[in-house]
Amino acid sequence: MSLLRKTIAVAAAISMSTMAMAAEKLKIGFVYVGDTGDGGWTFQHDAGRKALEAKFGDKVETIFVESVAEGPDSERVITRMARNGVGLIFTTSFGYMDPTIKVAAKFPDVKFEHATGYKQSDNVSVYSARFYEGRYIIGQIAAKESKTGIAGYVASVPIPEVVRGINAFLLGAQSVNPDFQVKVIWVNSWYDPGKEADAVKVFAAQGADIITQHTDSTAPMQIAEELGLKAFGQASDMAKFGPTAQLTAIVDDWAPYYIERTQAVLDGTWASTNTWDGIKQGMVHMTEFKNMAADTAAMAVATKEAIRSGELLPFAGPIYNQAGELVVKEGESLDDGALAGMDWYVKGVEGN
Amino acid sequence: MTGFEAAVLTIITASTPLLMAAIGELVVERSGVLNLGVEGMMVMGAVCGFLASYYTGSLILGILASMMAGVLMSLLFGLLTQTFVTNQMATGLALTILCLGLSGLIGEPLTGEPGLKLSAISIPYLTDIPYVGKILFGQDILVYVSIALVFAVQYMLFKSRMGLIIRAVGDSHSSAHALGYSVIKVRYYCIMFGGACAGLAGGYLSLVYTPQWIEDMTAGRGWIALALVVFATWMPRRILLGAYLFGTVWIMGLYVQGAGIAIPSQVLSALPYVVTIVALVIISRNATLTKLNTPTCLGQSFVPDR
Amino acid sequence: MKIILEKRAQQSKIMAYASPVLAIGLTVILGGIIFALAGYDPQTALYYYFVEPLTNFWSIEEVIVKATPLILIGAGLAICFSANIWNIGAEGQLTMGALVGSFIPVMFTDWQSPLVLLLMLVMGAMGGAAWAGLVAFLKNKFNVNEILTSLMLVYVAQYILDWFVRGPWRDPNGYNFPKSVSFEGWQLLPTYGDGRMHIGALIALIVVVLLTIMMTRSLKGFEIRAIGNSRRAGAFAGFSYKGMTWFCFLLSGALAGLAGIMEVAGPAGQLLPSISPGYGFTAIIVAFLGRLNPMGVLLAGILLAISYLGGDGAQMELGVSVKTAQVFQGMLLFLILTFDTLIRYKVKIIRSQTAEGELT
Repeated sequence: MSLLRKTIAVAAAISMSTMAMAAEKLKIGFVYVGDTGDGGWTFQHDAGRKALEAKFGDKVETIFVESVAEGPDSERVITRMARNGVGLIFTTSFGYMDPTIKVAAKFPDVKFEHATGYKQSDNVSVYSARFYEGRYIIGQIAAKESKTGIAGYVASVPIPEVVRGINAFLLGAQSVNPDFQVKVIWVNSWYDPGKEADAVKVFAAQGADIITQHTDSTAPMQIAEELGLKAFGQASDMAKFGPTAQLTAIVDDWAPYYIERTQAVLDGTWASTNTWDGIKQGMVHMTEFKNMAADTAAMAVATKEAIRSGELLPFAGPIYNQAGELVVKEGESLDDGALAGMDWYVKGVEGN
Repeated sequence: MTGFEAAVLTIITASTPLLMAAIGELVVERSGVLNLGVEGMMVMGAVCGFLASYYTGSLILGILASMMAGVLMSLLFGLLTQTFVTNQMATGLALTILCLGLSGLIGEPLTGEPGLKLSAISIPYLTDIPYVGKILFGQDILVYVSIALVFAVQYMLFKSRMGLIIRAVGDSHSSAHALGYSVIKVRYYCIMFGGACAGLAGGYLSLVYTPQWIEDMTAGRGWIALALVVFATWMPRRILLGAYLFGTVWIMGLYVQGAGIAIPSQVLSALPYVVTIVALVIISRNATLTKLNTPTCLGQSFVPDR
Repeated sequence: MKIILEKRAQQSKIMAYASPVLAIGLTVILGGIIFALAGYDPQTALYYYFVEPLTNFWSIEEVIVKATPLILIGAGLAICFSANIWNIGAEGQLTMGALVGSFIPVMFTDWQSPLVLLLMLVMGAMGGAAWAGLVAFLKNKFNVNEILTSLMLVYVAQYILDWFVRGPWRDPNGYNFPKSVSFEGWQLLPTYGDGRMHIGALIALIVVVLLTIMMTRSLKGFEIRAIGNSRRAGAFAGFSYKGMTWFCFLLSGALAGLAGIMEVAGPAGQLLPSISPGYGFTAIIVAFLGRLNPMGVLLAGILLAISYLGGDGAQMELGVSVKTAQVFQGMLLFLILTFDTLIRYKVKIIRSQTAEGELT
């Protein structure tokens, strides 16, 4: 039974080494909803993880699990991390919210960070990015660069973040061209490249010449390049898939936040917070404005600066809803609470 | 390019992989074998086609590799179902499960890398004819191949000796055996043909449709292809009709949304599947029509007595 | 050289037990080779996959949580497949069970009574049975191939659930995110201690015992096997194939629906747009690995649950890709099918080339 003996020896060695490591290093865990190679959402979170490793070197150890189904499975994965000496856990998808809260209640000494949710507790922070700021800018660019005055919006699923994005995009576009039209196709998935590609082709046939997406695959950019349309990258720089198509990309840059939170744990100053950062703090970042006229680029830069300085608020009134009712009065602006649960469309959005 | 033209082109692209996979499976089923592993062979075709074209820079090699991958996987199916007489349905399902995992594993290093794209052909003057030029003369070469395949299979099955043997094997393997044909061998060849077609269909996804490798990128198309074979009542030309009908419903769902018509997107997304079920009901309820063409030995294993 | 199968006069008893063991053994060996090729120490990797999940009480509990739906669905499918009836849409029936079973807690959020839980389970099972019954109806009435309809209905069920969770059944205080209210009290299955292991495990066990009795000691069991062996023989014995189709679909659909609502009322605690990471499909492997025998399904469900947990562990500790677990499952299924042949046939290798019906 030498095999059995060897297995036991391996087991013992593994458990000893984990114990030894736990004593000296901060173990940080990441739970991903997609594949680290998705070129979008998960890819950027993983870039943040790598930045963390580069910054802290030997002081931290990171682990991750990818393609974790939202729901019951995620609770198991998070629990396992907490049980195995992970001191800080980032759960990077909305669907991990309730599982994170449940696990956190059982492990008060472990710090949790949940992305894009709204439930906070003593050891659970929430964080998200104001992507809509970027979407306002690309809306302006779209309106100025489009010849047909129609943009196509490949949308994933109707959650507030996506609804907010569509509204911000259209408000930005209307600030340049009040008659600008945006067509929306819901693919009912965050990641269905074939269907996303088909949606872009349909937009092209319906007269749109600018494509924007709130899904995670690079297919829309690739098809836009093929059809000679312009498009905006989502979550990460997609120029590789659309060298002449990509006007700019809204990039999620989680690295500064991850570094800050890790530092806080190392210093013993970590406290539960609710972070919603945007262009100003660098969590939302725009890649180079290119493949567009010089004055469009100049306008985009100016808008970005105005948003950074807080001079321009994308959801400043007057804003009308689809039925034409005034929702936000002149001189007012939607607060974060209203933005967080947004479920209505501004005037000019077609469909539901 | 007009909107109409663009719509038709989109539908053709959406239908072609279904057509390819279905015509291959039709031949397999005509020989009396039910291979439920179409989805799996497709996804392996997609990943291998992409890998080959990515590393060699050659689209031809990519297409060949996707077919080879399909053939290899189908041989695995053949080995089990023909040589080891395992249950065909279970083996086909197993093949799909295995291939979905395997393709994810071998494609992992290249997820998120853009690949080569097989572009559409262009014939001077002809392609420029208004309205129909691009549709008739401006597709990628595989579209023409897929349509040619349908007619080739039609001819092969009903006008050639080979087709006669295949149908005999599928309708009564014992009699075919008694007449001196090697049932197992004929079935192996048909299974391999089906594998090549499914692999090619997968290659179409990763080299034409969206030229990149993405896990599970077949997204259930292999299952639709299987449904199309029943829909077509095992008649090759009806596959053409079925594939294009399905592609049209699929794309129209997106059209309706883009046009701003207020129907819940879930309804539109589910529509192609509902239409498939309804079509199956309409086709299947006509028992004589179905019985006439259904290979009698479909799904039954054959072990020669000696 | 040629491989020839010779039918055994009687099914081999030894092989019937040896086949799953051989298949598992060979999968482990092949798995080790794959790990070695991928640059991991095979022994460590295999330890994480198959041993580590059983080394502490928490993960044993989690294995049981994961195995519960697999066993319930797998047991139902085993009956279907024994009768040569092909329900591969259990995932859709699970989804419908979860949806229908959630009706009461979503609509009557404040109603707290043991009756609520009972109703939820019954309605869940009925939801699954109804969805499966649709397939049986189409097959019996219109002669539609059940493999295709059951599978297509998976997609349809998922879109229906999606619509409910994003629309009318959405948590009103949930910032418009796609999830229902969180269930509480009698809307949840009782759990053991503060872990996640719930009463569903016990239900699954009871179902397995009942189905075993049915298969071994009742006329129904004989009928299922008779029809499974040969439809014609079954007909001669006076058994109705249509009746059997109804029976199999309703039974397996009800069990899948039960598994669905138990996921909702158990580990999930609320209705979500996707409640199952493909249990309905994995259960097909479970059914075959368990040799279409309810007791075997019990063991197979546990084994697959272990491999899922092992997949988590191997990824966290070693960085092994999650896809490896799926390849394991596929390999295992392939090998079990191959070894099953040995129960019915002897394999002979013949060296001489006999001219046996060459294709001309």
